[in-house]
Amino acid sequence: MSRRIVGPFNRVEGDLEVHLDIQSGQVADARVVSPLYRGFEQILSGKNPRDALVYTPRICGICSVAQSAAAAAALADAQGLAMPPNGRLATNLVMATENVADHLTHFYLFFMPDFARDIYSSEPWFEDAAARFKAVSGTSASQVLPPRAEFMHLMGLLAGKWPHSLAIQPGGITRSIEVGEKSRMVSILFGFRRFLEEVLFGDTLENIAALDSADSLQRWFEQQPPERGDFRRFLRLARELGLDALGRGPDRFMSYGVYPDLEQPLFKAGVWSADESHAVDARTIAEDLSHSWMASRGQPLHPYDGITRPDADAEGAYTWCKAPRLDGEVVEVGALARQVIDGHPLALSLVRESGGNVRNRVVARLLEIARVVMAMEGWVRAIRPGDAFCTQAELPGDCSGCGMIEAARGSLGHWLKIRDGRIDNYQIISPTTWNFSPRDQRQVPGALEQALVGAPVRVGEEEPVTVQHIVRSFDPCMVCTVH
Amino acid sequence: MAEIPSANGLLNLLWLQSGGCGGCSLSLLGAESPDLLTSLEAAGIRLLWHPSLSEASGQEFRALLERLKSGDQKLDILCVEGSAVTGPDGSGRFHMMAGSDQPMMRWIEDLAAVAGQVFAVGSCAAYGGITAAGSNPSEARGLQFDGDRRGGLLGADFSGRSGAPVINIAGCPVHPNWVTESLMQSASGELTEDQLDDLGRPRSYADHLVHHGCPRNEFYEFKASAEKPSDLGCMMEHMGCLGTQAHGDCNTRLWNGEGSCLRGGFACINCTAPGFEEPGHAFHQTPKIAGIPVGLPTDMPKAWFVALASLSKAATPKRLRENAVSDHIKVAPRSREPGDT
Repeated sequence: MSRRIVGPFNRVEGDLEVHLDIQSGQVADARVVSPLYRGFEQILSGKNPRDALVYTPRICGICSVAQSAAAAAALADAQGLAMPPNGRLATNLVMATENVADHLTHFYLFFMPDFARDIYSSEPWFEDAAARFKAVSGTSASQVLPPRAEFMHLMGLLAGKWPHSLAIQPGGITRSIEVGEKSRMVSILFGFRRFLEEVLFGDTLENIAALDSADSLQRWFEQQPPERGDFRRFLRLARELGLDALGRGPDRFMSYGVYPDLEQPLFKAGVWSADESHAVDARTIAEDLSHSWMASRGQPLHPYDGITRPDADAEGAYTWCKAPRLDGEVVEVGALARQVIDGHPLALSLVRESGGNVRNRVVARLLEIARVVMAMEGWVRAIRPGDAFCTQAELPGDCSGCGMIEAARGSLGHWLKIRDGRIDNYQIISPTTWNFSPRDQRQVPGALEQALVGAPVRVGEEEPVTVQHIVRSFDPCMVCTVH
Repeated sequence: MAEIPSANGLLNLLWLQSGGCGGCSLSLLGAESPDLLTSLEAAGIRLLWHPSLSEASGQEFRALLERLKSGDQKLDILCVEGSAVTGPDGSGRFHMMAGSDQPMMRWIEDLAAVAGQVFAVGSCAAYGGITAAGSNPSEARGLQFDGDRRGGLLGADFSGRSGAPVINIAGCPVHPNWVTESLMQSASGELTEDQLDDLGRPRSYADHLVHHGCPRNEFYEFKASAEKPSDLGCMMEHMGCLGTQAHGDCNTRLWNGEGSCLRGGFACINCTAPGFEEPGHAFHQTPKIAGIPVGLPTDMPKAWFVALASLSKAATPKRLRENAVSDHIKVAPRSREPGDT
């Protein structure tokens, strides 16, 4: 058996190191290390509660709006405040813009360049993949950056700027939309849809969203040559490299649900495992500190009562990341979890067939791009200029609230306790905290740690390329993970 | 700060991240006219490595750092994003560089020592920034400043091989073009020390105020003020806006093509300034003494400001008074009719 320390991983947001035990040509054991601690929960202690809207987005440059929305939701919960319909629609649009841009950035800039690595140079598909996806110099990077930036004009319009906007408030949004801006947004979305349909999918968004099984995906793939759209390029690589057999996670998925419409969220909340689903019982969430560089007081605590006191010498610890568990269980979060729990037939079919794996995580992200952009078009149309965008309420001096939403990378929760008008405790559990958590006190490894076991290692490989694919298939955000 | 020639005529750039959120890099990806990769090419810059863009991971990356450190490969430009994390107790263990047994702050020191020019990208790298807020649990510092005092990780007297101090592209986040244009100016030898203000910021954007070009200026002139989020009025009197004091060209350059904080309907929090992270009051409220905002424009006598404010308040047209506390235009400007003089 050999031990390897792999890192730093780039093309993930923030810093990451992975310790591997390798035996008989595959990963036998993995430990995931988050090496950066900044201490946002300590920073927030004692602040004016509404200052959380300034600090928490700055936890993360890539999930900035999601952090902002979770903080606003926690404050709204504490105030008993609901957004007016326009506020909800505009907030959905801001969150969706970040979500879609993140998925796109992940696919083109973070994930696909690994297939252009020299280790694949003898593969029959390599020449095309390298020309298209090589980091920096491949044709896709320079083709994708301009439409991505143009799409982000929605942020300029709706949120002032991205990242780090203060537009999302507990009672709605600070930026009212008038008729002129509505038509700008329709045009921007039209242009972005055209880019997605021509470059990413080689098909309409409707046809992508209508794929309803692993078989229909296969038939769709075969309808056109594999160079017709980058989604097909990926499906070809997935087939050639067996990415559906790589990076199997815990196969227990969680989503808090996201994009509240008037009646119900666009994507439902829930927990899914072994073809059974049930509601998320947030009371059973607890963070285990047994392997974290944290001063611990025994049993895992619910985030309302969570404690963040760093201890670089904590015994048995190997990461700054805490280990959140739902009713004691490891869960995987992200686009695949969201689409499975929402009951999308393609996601369900893929997971029934092969579980959570590298291919299915990427397919779910692209499926979500199609579904969310279609929903965005509807939300823009539904905005009613002249109606209210933001409501107000006093914030009681002593209260508590939680904000549970979905960021691009999965379930994000903020838990806030206010005493004498100041933040008494603020605890955050981010998507990658779930996915990249360390072991818990029962020695059960986190989702990525489980997914890495069994990854094949090629002869002579120091830093296995399969490990690169598995790690990035989760689209980790390490700055959120520890915060 | 003369031009730094490289063997192949291109300038080698290395980008590192430490105690920050990565938001400056994400902002940079939104560069337009032209896009980021074209902008770098236009400036004659070759990207050695960037955490969001480059292929190399792990060993290959560590080997690159070693080559740069030893001088085997030339480092023309070092960009650091995020503050230097020096805790706990000065050890730097709150940020060990992945795959190495060294704190990131040591890597930054070692690489800054061989770099032609060092850029602190964002307010964290420049001054400590958000990461240094509250009790500053991670002991975050800027590269050449601790807040508004010279010092920081590299020390007050640090200069790169080119002889210049750290250039502070402050902002939370930075505007993409602040970075691309500063790199362009540096590459062409135009970012001379007289082009930096006394906080090390490029004057090309820091000599402007956020107030310039603010679409709420008419409300400001008449002191017609917003009272709650989504109101259209001026946000200086009640809503904590620091745009009249904050250095930046946010309302003349615009963000994501269309916006700025004020255009988005929320206060400027002066994010290009050291110490912005601890304003000493709630961000969303303007602190006042006897009803008068404490933070007035920095170069205007207070008595004059108060006198002008009360005069303009008395002259506020109904249109502005009503629109200021509405979330959409209620009263439109009147069209001139025939016979009006």
